[in-house]
Amino acid sequence: MAAINHSSDSASNISYRPLLRVRDLEVTFRVERGSARAVDGVSFDLAAGEVLGIVGESGSGKSVTALSILRLIPDPPGKIAKGRILLDDLDLLQLTYAEMRRIRGNEIAMIFQEPMTALNPVFTIGMQVREAVLTHAKVSTVEATNRAVEMLEKVGIPKARGRLNDYPHQFSGGMRQRVMIAMALVCHPRILIADEPTTALDVTTQSQILDLMIDLKQRESGASIILITHDLGVVAETCDRAIVMYGGRVQEVGTVEQIFGNAKHPYTQGLLASLPAMAGPRHERLYTIPGNVPSIMEMPNGCRFCTRCEHATDRCRDEEPPLHEIDDGQLVRCHLLDP
Amino acid sequence: MAAPLLEVKNLVVRYPVWGGILRHKVAEIRAVDDISFTIGAGETLGLVGESGCGKTTVAKAICNVLKATAPGVIEQGEVIFYTASGPLNLLTLGRAEMRSHRAEIQMIFQDPFASLNPRMTVREIIERPLIVHTDKPRRVRRQIVDSLLDRVGLQPAYATRYPHEFSGGQRQRIGIARALSVHPKLIIADEPVSALDVSVQSQVINLLQELQAEFGLAYLFVAHDLSVVHHISDRIAVMYLGNLVELGDSDTIYRQPSHPYSQALISAVPQPVAGSSRADRIQLTGEIPTPVDKPSGCPFRTRCWLARDECAGQRPPLETKPAGQLAACPFV
Repeated sequence: MAAINHSSDSASNISYRPLLRVRDLEVTFRVERGSARAVDGVSFDLAAGEVLGIVGESGSGKSVTALSILRLIPDPPGKIAKGRILLDDLDLLQLTYAEMRRIRGNEIAMIFQEPMTALNPVFTIGMQVREAVLTHAKVSTVEATNRAVEMLEKVGIPKARGRLNDYPHQFSGGMRQRVMIAMALVCHPRILIADEPTTALDVTTQSQILDLMIDLKQRESGASIILITHDLGVVAETCDRAIVMYGGRVQEVGTVEQIFGNAKHPYTQGLLASLPAMAGPRHERLYTIPGNVPSIMEMPNGCRFCTRCEHATDRCRDEEPPLHEIDDGQLVRCHLLDP
Repeated sequence: MAAPLLEVKNLVVRYPVWGGILRHKVAEIRAVDDISFTIGAGETLGLVGESGCGKTTVAKAICNVLKATAPGVIEQGEVIFYTASGPLNLLTLGRAEMRSHRAEIQMIFQDPFASLNPRMTVREIIERPLIVHTDKPRRVRRQIVDSLLDRVGLQPAYATRYPHEFSGGQRQRIGIARALSVHPKLIIADEPVSALDVSVQSQVINLLQELQAEFGLAYLFVAHDLSVVHHISDRIAVMYLGNLVELGDSDTIYRQPSHPYSQALISAVPQPVAGSSRADRIQLTGEIPTPVDKPSGCPFRTRCWLARDECAGQRPPLETKPAGQLAACPFV
């Protein structure tokens, strides 16, 4: 695999000292006959202060990658078979459970798609946010409550102190997602992983939550963000760089300018072309990527995308292309772009 | 516009809210509050709005299935369906009469997993409307099912399989074949592509458009994804808290939205293009109020940046704007 280059010219507040390095990650799931490789040799870097998008369709391995970083893969049936996940120089995959618990919520926090299932319905919001503080900081309950209130106000919950004794069901979907963000950021983690944070929300609420996340990052936490989503528009608007995954593999990496302005992988190009453009003409046929995403048990041997790619050759079917650099920081896994 | 196929006139649907220890009626919400629109033959009307705005209730009222699904009460209004033998108010039809017209209005649902019976084969699912609505013999039904499967892009050999053997996109195709089996004139599609992956979504949108051209179908396309709605619709109706706030040509509403809510809604859609930025978005403050304590006057005034004292009084009526659409705001 080609070396990952970090000399990018994107936004100036990003230093390209990688904070998190994922190397050759492989996650398998036990299935009836043998095992399925949901994530297959994924490597990427996350710089301090960076917002990195991971996009892909269902089954691409994007959520499994995110869960692996926090070692939240249910085992069995899942298993991190190979790889290294380095936070600074600490390999998270070598830590004991107790050590890992100190990382979760403290150094790396996560927010999930469905805030109703991610929050505990039988505890008040106050108890849940306070618990996050008390788990990681040696402070009094009063101090923990104060920190919880302060954080809830920062995420835009009006009169937060008066709402501490409310239960999750008393909040709307957007407000619950704000509570989740408050819980995630209350210990000032260095990395925030957001798995489809706005998918369950209405579009105007989504807009508010995305602004909140970016705003908090810039003014408050400074945490790097890994944003996992299937919505390419969300990535274009909020991320610095993006990774496109398909079939458990990274297919393309680049800055959002490179991905949205100059995509090179046929899959990335196909995804972008199949979206109806709001400025475009109505009723015209949309571009389609033929076929369906193959199940992970039926992945082709060569390039994972060869069964649906209109440029596929025999070489693509026999031999998987490496991820090679074609432009400053833009990596593509495709034979077509071989020099 | 083509000859009208369906006309909704001043529709009001209310739901009781039960509460207290004795579960008595404590309030009433007007989920759909005085809505009127027309769908022409062969036309697509997009119905957009956020959760709780009443768009699904409108769809259910048209199909006359409100009673079956929730204790919604149609307080007033008419749903006129123009059949070959003249206009009919669907809301006043009896069960048997409604049944004889149900074949002409079919539905496609959002969740392709929940809307197909897991115990039935694909053939049984697609054949079902034919058995209910026609007296075609088994041999003919079999041919129809095979040709429908072929038409929606599935192999006829799949007819003996069960829904769990298919992906989301394929299941949505089965649902479409079922809706088509009895030659409907109008298809009510409630979020038909929002559960699908991006690469499959465009396949299903193309299929819906091809079928429309081939069979002269009209669609009521209910969705929240505005770029999809714009692509497929001729005209668009925007709902907010049970009210219609804007109605007009699809391009007009996208390029020159008039009502402040439509402006905010369109502005909030993230654009998948290079250089797309959040900076110039209209950002609404606050939350959508619940229909139980709906604001007086204009329902949008609590979040509107143009709101003034008059907005709390009378609900603004729909009026024609210079660009040609109808919008319920006098201050734009």
